[in-house]
Amino acid sequence: MRAVDALMECLKAEGVDVVFGLPGGANLPTYDAFYDAGIRHILVRHEAGGGHAAEGYAKATGKVGVALATSGPGATNLVTPICDAMMDSVPVVFITGQVRTELLGTDGFQEADTIGITMPVVKHSLMIQHPLEIPRGLHEAFHIARTGRPGPVVVDIPQDLSRADIPYEPVSDVHLPGYQPTTEGNQKQIRIAAKALANARRPIIYAGGGVVAANAAAELTELATSDRFPVTCTVMGLGGFPGTHEQWLGMLGMHGTRAANYAMDEADLICAIGARFDDRVTGKLSEFAPRAKFIHIDVDPAEISKNVPAHIPIVGDAKNILPRLTAEYRALAADPARLEEWWSRIRVWQERHPLRYEDSTDSEIKPQYMIQALYEATGGDAIVTSDVGQHQMWAAQYYHFPRPRRWINSGGLGTMGFGLPAAMGAKVGCPDQTVVCIAGDGSVQMNTQELATCSQEGIAIKVFIMNNGYLGMVRQWQELFWDKRYSHVEMGQWPDFVKLAEAYGATGLRLEDKNTLVADMKEAVALDGPVLVDVRVTREENTYPMIPAGQPARNMVG
Amino acid sequence: MGEPATKEVLSLDELEAAGGLRTGRKHILSILVENKPGVLTRIAGLFARRGFNIDTLAVGPTDDERISRITLTLDGALHPIDQVTKQLHKLVNVLKIRDLEPRETLARELALFKVSADGAGRAEVMQLCEIFRGKVVDVTKRSIVIELTGTFEKVDAFEQLVRPFGLIEMARTGEIAIARGRSET
Repeated sequence: MRAVDALMECLKAEGVDVVFGLPGGANLPTYDAFYDAGIRHILVRHEAGGGHAAEGYAKATGKVGVALATSGPGATNLVTPICDAMMDSVPVVFITGQVRTELLGTDGFQEADTIGITMPVVKHSLMIQHPLEIPRGLHEAFHIARTGRPGPVVVDIPQDLSRADIPYEPVSDVHLPGYQPTTEGNQKQIRIAAKALANARRPIIYAGGGVVAANAAAELTELATSDRFPVTCTVMGLGGFPGTHEQWLGMLGMHGTRAANYAMDEADLICAIGARFDDRVTGKLSEFAPRAKFIHIDVDPAEISKNVPAHIPIVGDAKNILPRLTAEYRALAADPARLEEWWSRIRVWQERHPLRYEDSTDSEIKPQYMIQALYEATGGDAIVTSDVGQHQMWAAQYYHFPRPRRWINSGGLGTMGFGLPAAMGAKVGCPDQTVVCIAGDGSVQMNTQELATCSQEGIAIKVFIMNNGYLGMVRQWQELFWDKRYSHVEMGQWPDFVKLAEAYGATGLRLEDKNTLVADMKEAVALDGPVLVDVRVTREENTYPMIPAGQPARNMVG
Repeated sequence: MGEPATKEVLSLDELEAAGGLRTGRKHILSILVENKPGVLTRIAGLFARRGFNIDTLAVGPTDDERISRITLTLDGALHPIDQVTKQLHKLVNVLKIRDLEPRETLARELALFKVSADGAGRAEVMQLCEIFRGKVVDVTKRSIVIELTGTFEKVDAFEQLVRPFGLIEMARTGEIAIARGRSET
């Protein structure tokens, strides 16, 4: 069997039903194998679009995404999605073609050191040295991508090796002596954590993307409701706890709610679950949560005490640990009344500082209202992807995600152009769900070419562009911190998004009237095929509240 | 921090944070890695990326041809060693890491010193060499080359002593290390 046919068998054995890619010289043999492999291949227009689509697919379904590219420029175009998947712990296997082994190191045509270029931003990578390594290498890649803290794995296959004839035998197990993630969670530590929770007067649960990745949202709700623990989530964790729950404080961090940030600031015990104390969460590190002790639950031991020293570290899988923590906590029969004072303090913050904005008095669409309208138009239960910027933060604030894997964004790397291809991947993975992308007029232009893919493949995503004609978040910072010197942030009104959509074979719409917005959005969502909606919003609106970069939470403005 | 018994009240005030601490001393890490291409690059890249500074580095085979040993030293006054080892552990090709306890460890490096030795100084340099149990491995009219093994500190001390005589050049391997006694490193 050709090595590339063995590769197809491996993909099937891993349960891969769809891949995103673009062929080229160095992966021609692989593409020949796709011709009759019976695996759905989606031909993207740019490798970055394929990489983000694989991420969107993985985040929406929880399965490993797969993206392919040829050598050289194909592979370098994948660098951004690879880095993005690393920062947000997304399980994706990237399979790149490489020049023939005899050309390696000679600056051959379309040669790039893919392994070297991607090394700092992968969970693991391997270059195939011998055709016989292909099956085992592939299975190892999937195993590493999927287990422990998920992440991207790159498999680089020289063209000549992929043409070799090899005996193929299914690989039943992978054995990696240097890779044994801890998943169990130490029972003693869990018991100590339960006691700490029982003794806390001002506790808060701070949950991150790890809860979603571990499929532990239900277990988190169990823990939170085993008493009345207030819960906040990072931008990656949204949906990990119901956004409409009475114990929900909203997102925390730079554009989080005051209630969440003040509660972190005054807490005596913070229970961090699958979160990594990012600078967008902590603000000024030396003044972060000055009164708090920390329980830190994470599957990656290197996250424990990386930024904030943990008092009670628990290494393991949240899905495994949280039920045991809940059981230990229940057994202690702590008095719920001890939290009443804490809650009354939190309620004051919530009442005094809800998320708010000044609505227009005419038909102008405020960007915050745009998200509220979309929430209403989709019944609050769409899969929502976003790009990066103001629209992302407003979406995180105003779309109250009821469950996990509904909110797909680029949190760590902050990749503009992520949303549209990620929506494409999510829709392919969840064809029966409504998938919308909330895009910025700046961000969306970084990957609009994938609309062609959506039209060709009949992938019915609904893209809503929050169009203010600016690189809005940069403009906001220039306004607030750089004396309103608007340096190269004005995008104007190019392209005409309606015409662009039509050129790509999608439906293009423009919405400018607040009064009919919900109904218009409902109609757009109900249309067949991909739809690109240009929503014109207030041009110079700022995202508030905000912790200015490098400052402590209590210095929130707006 | 001990584990409180079931009925014991746990006071949050008594909890102490672990990790991220600077130990203030030199650490010798003995790292067993799979003998595969690019492994050293991964380790070096990790150190560079995270801002960890390697003081010395020695790589060589072990008794098992599939496994190489990397011995590296770094300054625990500058780096949180637990974070360094945890990050290293995440590399799939890294099999085992030992942060060697100084008292339980034999550490040696090899050094070659080329010292100018024309005239009066020569006898004195050779005397120092003898005291340090070094070996003269090359002699010319104007210079000698001394081979010396020992701990990093011993080699350092020798360097300081011969420098006034005219140290032409020096090459050091960086320490390799192994645990004392029967136990494996």
